[in-house]
Amino acid sequence: MATFKDFRNDVKPNWCPGCGDFSVQAAMQRAAANVGLQPENLAVISGIGCSGRISGYINSYGFHGIHGRSLPIAQGVKMANRDLTVIASGGDGDGYAIGMGHTVHAIRRNVDITYIVMDNQIYGLTKGQTSPRSAVGFKTKSTPMGSIEQSISPMELALTVGATFVAQSFSTDLKDLTALIEAGIKHKGFSLINVFSPCVTYNKVNTYDWFKENLTKLNNVEDYDPSNREMAMQTLMKHNGLVTGLIYQNTERPSYQELLTGYSEEPLVDAELNLDQAHFDKLVAEFM
Amino acid sequence: MQINDSIYIFFTYPKGCKEMINQLSWKVGGQQGEGIESTGEIFAIALNRLGYYLYGYRHFSSRIKGGHTNNKIRVSTTEVRSISDDLDILVAFDQETIDVNYKELHRGGVILADAKFAPKKPEDTEASLYAVPFTEIATELGTSLMKNMVAIGATSAVLDLDIHVFEEVVREIFGKKGDKVVAKNMDAIKAGFDYMKDKMDADVPTMVLEKADGKRRMFMIGNDAIALGALAAGCRFMAAYPITPASDIMEYLIKKLPALGGTVIQTEDEIAACTMTIGASYGGVRAITASSGPGLSLKMEAIGLAGITETPLVIVDTQRGGPSTGLPTKQEQSDLMAMIYGTHGEIPKIVLAPSTVQEAFYDTAEAFNLAEEYQCPVIVLSDLQLSLGKQTVEPLDVSKVEIRRGKLVTEELPEIENKGYFKRYEVTEDGISPRTIPGMKNGIHHVTGVEHAETGKPSESSANRIAQMDKRFRKVENIRFNTPVYKNAPHEDPDLLIVGFNSTRGAIEEAMVRLENDGMKVNHAQIRLIHPFPTDEVLPLVRSAKKVIVVENNATGQLANIMKMNVGFAEKITKYVKYDGNPFLPHEVHSKCKELF
Repeated sequence: MATFKDFRNDVKPNWCPGCGDFSVQAAMQRAAANVGLQPENLAVISGIGCSGRISGYINSYGFHGIHGRSLPIAQGVKMANRDLTVIASGGDGDGYAIGMGHTVHAIRRNVDITYIVMDNQIYGLTKGQTSPRSAVGFKTKSTPMGSIEQSISPMELALTVGATFVAQSFSTDLKDLTALIEAGIKHKGFSLINVFSPCVTYNKVNTYDWFKENLTKLNNVEDYDPSNREMAMQTLMKHNGLVTGLIYQNTERPSYQELLTGYSEEPLVDAELNLDQAHFDKLVAEFM
Repeated sequence: MQINDSIYIFFTYPKGCKEMINQLSWKVGGQQGEGIESTGEIFAIALNRLGYYLYGYRHFSSRIKGGHTNNKIRVSTTEVRSISDDLDILVAFDQETIDVNYKELHRGGVILADAKFAPKKPEDTEASLYAVPFTEIATELGTSLMKNMVAIGATSAVLDLDIHVFEEVVREIFGKKGDKVVAKNMDAIKAGFDYMKDKMDADVPTMVLEKADGKRRMFMIGNDAIALGALAAGCRFMAAYPITPASDIMEYLIKKLPALGGTVIQTEDEIAACTMTIGASYGGVRAITASSGPGLSLKMEAIGLAGITETPLVIVDTQRGGPSTGLPTKQEQSDLMAMIYGTHGEIPKIVLAPSTVQEAFYDTAEAFNLAEEYQCPVIVLSDLQLSLGKQTVEPLDVSKVEIRRGKLVTEELPEIENKGYFKRYEVTEDGISPRTIPGMKNGIHHVTGVEHAETGKPSESSANRIAQMDKRFRKVENIRFNTPVYKNAPHEDPDLLIVGFNSTRGAIEEAMVRLENDGMKVNHAQIRLIHPFPTDEVLPLVRSAKKVIVVENNATGQLANIMKMNVGFAEKITKYVKYDGNPFLPHEVHSKCKELF
């Protein structure tokens, strides 16, 4: 049995001291161990940005791709080998700006992977520009007069495009976050976990203290039922999206792979490559 | 199209006489959405089954209903790889079809036009026009939709063809709708045949096709061959976004992959198609994506990712008229430079350019081997004419398709001490490093588009940068590709070397025969490995020729420039370009070559 230490490697993250991403990394390592994975059976696919470096800090197969494209790469990996556990990850700029098209369609498609977004409401690696998660009025280098664009509500958005697993967490809640990642990995389908992961260098508004003051745990909301999509939506709207916990899960809808006609039960990577003569002859005859 | 002196009239005959011919050019035209394509299809499939060689080319617009469309089919007793210069029979469902196409008809040509639109024969043609009540006959038999069948019948009368040859095809196409529908359609063909036979008095020329060899051969488009090549190579996953003229590849694989356990994902965009393919390939599956110019532009950043991460990647680019949306349904070969140099920064890349449907099959299959052996992007370049031109194809031999996976690790790996990473990017003599895939024990490494050291971990050190860049480029220094240049070079000291790539081969081959008949010594080279450029193969051909002409469907002479860059001899290399959206015709290449002397 692998422990969370087996998912550690010798690379020292280049994140700023105090960055929320450290805890996300730790939670991913713990969750991977808790669900019984071996390092070689986990593939972490990440985007570009501070948080995108996470795939290099975990002892597993890791692919650090291009900006905004972790999801299609991750879905390709999963399609190739359905026995792997695939976690895509990146920041809010990666997933909700340049990669938003993929986010929406990955949710709809419902391939069995987990997507962890480290949401800090700012562009960190490029040294402080506005993100689609920045609030109206938020001042950054690219919005010196304050952002005038509406902030995206990723959890509400996910619910409207057919998500089957929607969760949100706060990076300091290591235990809750680990449990949510475990649940996401176990979920048969696409799981989206948005994690508030404060940027201590460039975001002086959405700080650890700010989140502690403003977040509501769904565990503390009376009679909250994560299988009720309407309740999920209403709760999100009521709290302006600032809730943590499992927001919604649909365990009935099969994953993309389960719905695909003919898709091999065995990992595709193990398929026989040679096309036998009889099969080929059959294909050729159709052109005659 | 201007008919000029150099045009080859394969057969002209005085009116009223029966002529045995070994080649025929037939075109059907009308409004898009009228069944023009299926008319051509039925006619062509039936003749293909009789053992004729066919070459079809569709003229169509980027719309579903309306707009002139036509399907030109060349029928021959010997192999043909080009559109014909002229036309024997034009079947017209509207006046526009006559007006747009009549100039292609030679003197003995025949127009069979629907009497419904009171067809008018242009004054400046010696072809004959016959108004046949296609629609009326069809309506009398039940539905005007069958006017296409009536036209096939009328054509058969002119060609003295036994209409029973169509029965099998009609049954296959309409069989699902029941015997009654099949019978009705056959009745329509017979009615068209009988009407025309009745009308045919002494002044209707009958063109009797020489008997073909009766062998059944495949009749397919280049895109079919590309898709089939992918299947034969063990490709089991595709991610793609619909685009003309590449979608057929995706559509074919969507039908065929499930039986092999694989699948196709139609992605949200071209970038997803390319990156998902990279993901699947990184995961260890042979995967493909296919698009046309606009899609390739969008895939460029991902192609660079595959380059630096050394992930095998097979991409098809079926070129069409650019730039931007350009001429989306027309022939062009203008993506060459973009395919060779596209993506920012510098990566090793392989660009193949099959020139026939057969080559499209074998080259696509081989692309998967090259991608895995050299661990880099391989682009299979096609063009609209090759990808969509439907033609008779000699048998494809699946046993000739090898599967070579290069340095993919298959044996168990020893444990790496202190949780070190596997050296996925080990600096080796040939530049190629061992490759492990997710799931392999002790094969863990990092993959990143950031410059990295041997284990994949990011590194900005100068020495490492140089070592890794050199390693990547070393991979393709000596690439092995079976036939980098198709050569037909009978002369040691030719007057002329004609060079082309992709679908221009047929027009060049026919022009070459005519030039030889004119007394010129001509060699022909069709470049199949565009990049890295096969200088060793091309240089002697260029050196020995007095003049070199590069025939290409673009405005700037991209292949000519690539040749000048790689083999020199700039002073003797002339470009012959065409960028009006139409493929080269044999007579055009013939006249242009004559002009050089």
